[in-house]
Amino acid sequence: MKKHAVLDVAQLKTYFYLNNGQVAKAVDGVSLSISPGETVAIVGESGSGKSITALSIMKLINKPGRIVNGEIALNGKEMQALSEKQMTGIRGNDIAMIFQEPMTALNPVFTIGNQITEILRKHKKMNKKDAQAKAIHLLKTVGIPRAEEIIHEYPHQLSGGMRQRVMIAMAISCDPKLLIADEPTTALDVTIQAQILDLMLEMKEKFHMALLLITHDLGVVSEYADRVLVMYGGQIVEQAKTKELLRHTKHPYTQGLMQSLPKLDEDVDRLGTIKGMVPPAYNFPAGCRFSSRCPFVMDKCKVSNPELTEIDTDHFVRCHLYENAGDES
Amino acid sequence: MYKYIIRRVLVFIPMLFALTVIVFGLALLAPGDALTGQSLADPNVDPEVYEQQREALGLNDPIPVQYFRWISAAVQGDFGNSMVFNGRSVAELIEARFANTLYLGLFSLAITIIVAIPIGIYSARHPYSLLDYGATGFGFFGLSIPNFFFGLMAIYFLSIKLGWFPAQGTMSTPGLTGWEAFFNRLHHMFLPGITLGLAGTATYMRYMRSEVLDVLGSDYIRTARAKGMSERNVLYKHTLRNALIPIITLMGFEIGVLLSGAVITEQVFQYPGLGTLFLSSVTNRDYPVVMAIAMILGVLILIGNLLADIFYSIVDPRIRYD
Repeated sequence: MKKHAVLDVAQLKTYFYLNNGQVAKAVDGVSLSISPGETVAIVGESGSGKSITALSIMKLINKPGRIVNGEIALNGKEMQALSEKQMTGIRGNDIAMIFQEPMTALNPVFTIGNQITEILRKHKKMNKKDAQAKAIHLLKTVGIPRAEEIIHEYPHQLSGGMRQRVMIAMAISCDPKLLIADEPTTALDVTIQAQILDLMLEMKEKFHMALLLITHDLGVVSEYADRVLVMYGGQIVEQAKTKELLRHTKHPYTQGLMQSLPKLDEDVDRLGTIKGMVPPAYNFPAGCRFSSRCPFVMDKCKVSNPELTEIDTDHFVRCHLYENAGDES
Repeated sequence: MYKYIIRRVLVFIPMLFALTVIVFGLALLAPGDALTGQSLADPNVDPEVYEQQREALGLNDPIPVQYFRWISAAVQGDFGNSMVFNGRSVAELIEARFANTLYLGLFSLAITIIVAIPIGIYSARHPYSLLDYGATGFGFFGLSIPNFFFGLMAIYFLSIKLGWFPAQGTMSTPGLTGWEAFFNRLHHMFLPGITLGLAGTATYMRYMRSEVLDVLGSDYIRTARAKGMSERNVLYKHTLRNALIPIITLMGFEIGVLLSGAVITEQVFQYPGLGTLFLSSVTNRDYPVVMAIAMILGVLILIGNLLADIFYSIVDPRIRYD
């Protein structure tokens, strides 16, 4: 029997109500579930709704955006009914988040120590001295040398990789059950990327967290994720265990993503691309949202949007090509 | 940080020197002297007499000699004697009026800060709300209406029609002391104060709004929210400190803006400050007074900028080290 999920999201819909009356359906019916200790990756292009999904889980959607539908449960506890004040007790404490841009994610006018201790003082009600000691300990845990000095320094005195380590130290400070990392390495040097990802994985093991990793890098996914959700146009189009997804890629969009990756063992002149651009969230094509770019598009695809169907154990695809897959096998 | 402040203070010295050269040079370049000014240029007087006077006052000496005479006296606080007010010393003339202008400037600066910053924050927190639109309207009004015109309107409605505030002067009866004197002064300062502060209030309100809006949308505010910080903490700790950085820079210039604005405002309200003295001295070509006032305003502007830089370095750690 399945253990209690750390996070359970059902039919999440986050829409943005634009000034001209248009509605951008940034997240449109996403369901996902993360078990304790599991690493789940959400993959997709820019504009596919993956970051908005993460921010919706934190209930950090700003106007004109609004969560219009969906249930989000943390450890089986429904979060929709919580007030903003109750949410501040959960953010940073039960769910922590790391962002894409370490260069701008830290407040430039406060010391590193100040920014780490404030979260400890808020959630753990520590006094200044204990929080300071804990902050130094946390910085050492994430591999920052001279932690005693760093806490008195300001973000601009640190490199991008160091700042992301500080963000991780902050994120793990209150032993969260779930860590959401929104493209944590996109803005970093390639050499630093692996270090940061390894550190996150190490922290995950050490503090028994579940990890929701948002990325557009399938290479990262293959190495770090247990399970993958591929998002396109605010919806999940394919979902499976990492190995299964990489070996038996089904959805044309996922196949496109795979073909655009350079491979070491194959010599190709040109990498594959997916033609066209992600349609804007206020103007999706009727029918399947990928139909405007899909190489296998059929008449049916332009009229009706397929449902997410399980075509194999734990392998879900949203595509008309596989609708009868169950019958064939 | 101390290094930065010391360096900044050292830069102040050559700037001060440049200021004296400019002030002296401008006074020299201006046409005529006190003896050709309106009040004294009497066509019945033999030009020979004027020439003797010039010789006696040292106005015919070589320019460097005149400059060094002026500057060496000025550093000792002696700006010479007025050539119009029966030879009274410039220092004495200015002393009586300097405090009035300073009070007026501080008063309108206080109004600016007290009104502009909270409204700016509110506007940013509730953009496109009724009050935000109201504040925007007030901003346009405050920036587009000329100072002197607003002053005249204020006198007409609030003083003459309604009689709420005195239209001119600094005190009703000279003998007042203590709190009575303080409130009486404040009462007199109200109309010139809001007139002088109007444009600044409008400007700072708009700046504050856009700064706070800008900061609220930044990544580190999202981080603070994701850390579970309360809205109060996000606004007053994380946002405000960052939003105030550019405002502080502007405040340094504001001292200069206020003092130059005071020249016109004081004239409208017949407020006995440096501004009125400056204007009358210019028309009378009373250059010792003009130069002294220009020097004082210049020094105040330099000090304003110096203070802004120092505050800036306190608020923004990125400035302290380079």
